[in-house]
Amino acid sequence: MTITINGKQNDFEKEMTVQELLSKAEVEMQEYVTVQLNDEILSRKDFDKITVHDNDRVEFLYYMGGGK
Amino acid sequence: MRFTNEQLERYSRHIILNNVGVSGQEKLLNGKVLIIGTGGLGAPAAMYLGAAGVGTIGLVDADRVDLSNLQRQVIHRTRDVGKPKVLSGKETIRGINPDVKVVTYQEYATSANIKDIIKDRDYDFILDGTDNFPVKFLINDACVMLKKPFSHAGIIRFQGQTMTYLPGKGPCYRCVFQNPPPPDAVPTCQQAGVLGVMGGVIGTIQAAEALKYLLGVGELLNGSLLTYDALKMSFRKIKITRNRECAVCGEHPTITRLIDYEQKACSFDPAAANT
Repeated sequence: MTITINGKQNDFEKEMTVQELLSKAEVEMQEYVTVQLNDEILSRKDFDKITVHDNDRVEFLYYMGGGK
Repeated sequence: MRFTNEQLERYSRHIILNNVGVSGQEKLLNGKVLIIGTGGLGAPAAMYLGAAGVGTIGLVDADRVDLSNLQRQVIHRTRDVGKPKVLSGKETIRGINPDVKVVTYQEYATSANIKDIIKDRDYDFILDGTDNFPVKFLINDACVMLKKPFSHAGIIRFQGQTMTYLPGKGPCYRCVFQNPPPPDAVPTCQQAGVLGVMGGVIGTIQAAEALKYLLGVGELLNGSLLTYDALKMSFRKIKITRNRECAVCGEHPTITRLIDYEQKACSFDPAAANT
């Protein structure tokens, strides 16, 4: 199945939870990333309940604190 | 309002624009923008807004110019090292455009003063040019509570992001990032470094948002997070939506008073905390 992550298509063998996707996609600092699934921001407590499906669009949004 | 010949010449490239004209330039001259932090983001934003003829620009920064700032904070000069940044910033803006009134606040934005600073001149638009999460969340919450539009931005290494909050029209910063990360969980520019131009690219986009807001033209980054990766030279505009359960702008807000979050313990240097 194909999932678009931050605008880039990625192929995966099977469906998985958001939490599993975070690991599979080797997302850094997983505990601080915001996950948006098909334009909806997910609650962190749902990461291991919600499954990503073929053709889903996922955005990993990262904190960026600099500016000085 | 009557323009002098000098103003007609100075703003001629604006006045010739269909979306600006004389009336738009008048809006800019009557506009008031507050820039919190006169560093990597705030410096270019302040210079462009000043050059554009935004009539009142407020600068908030408690810091003094440091030699290590000059690699990116283009509003300050080598001779300004040691000078309060708000004064150095004011001198540069006034040097570019004497039409601009620059109001300086040489202090840290905190829960105790931020609302008063925003209300001081009843600023139309606020620009976040700070470098730490406690103040970024403070600016968000204060702007939501006072129903003021603002531009958020962050830069680090070769990356940057920005979004615009318009009251009642899309998400706030907290809709996307619920709470500040724990102190030191996410690196700062001081720890991780930042390419000098990042502030120029992103801060200038923030200035463009402020100008469009004052002019009432175009589409703003409300409901979008714009990300920029300088290494890949890619911009992405990611659609973001309002969180109805947002703690500050949601239907049942739980944050009704401003919060001073803890600063990074290892680098809580009051002189470096704010910008």
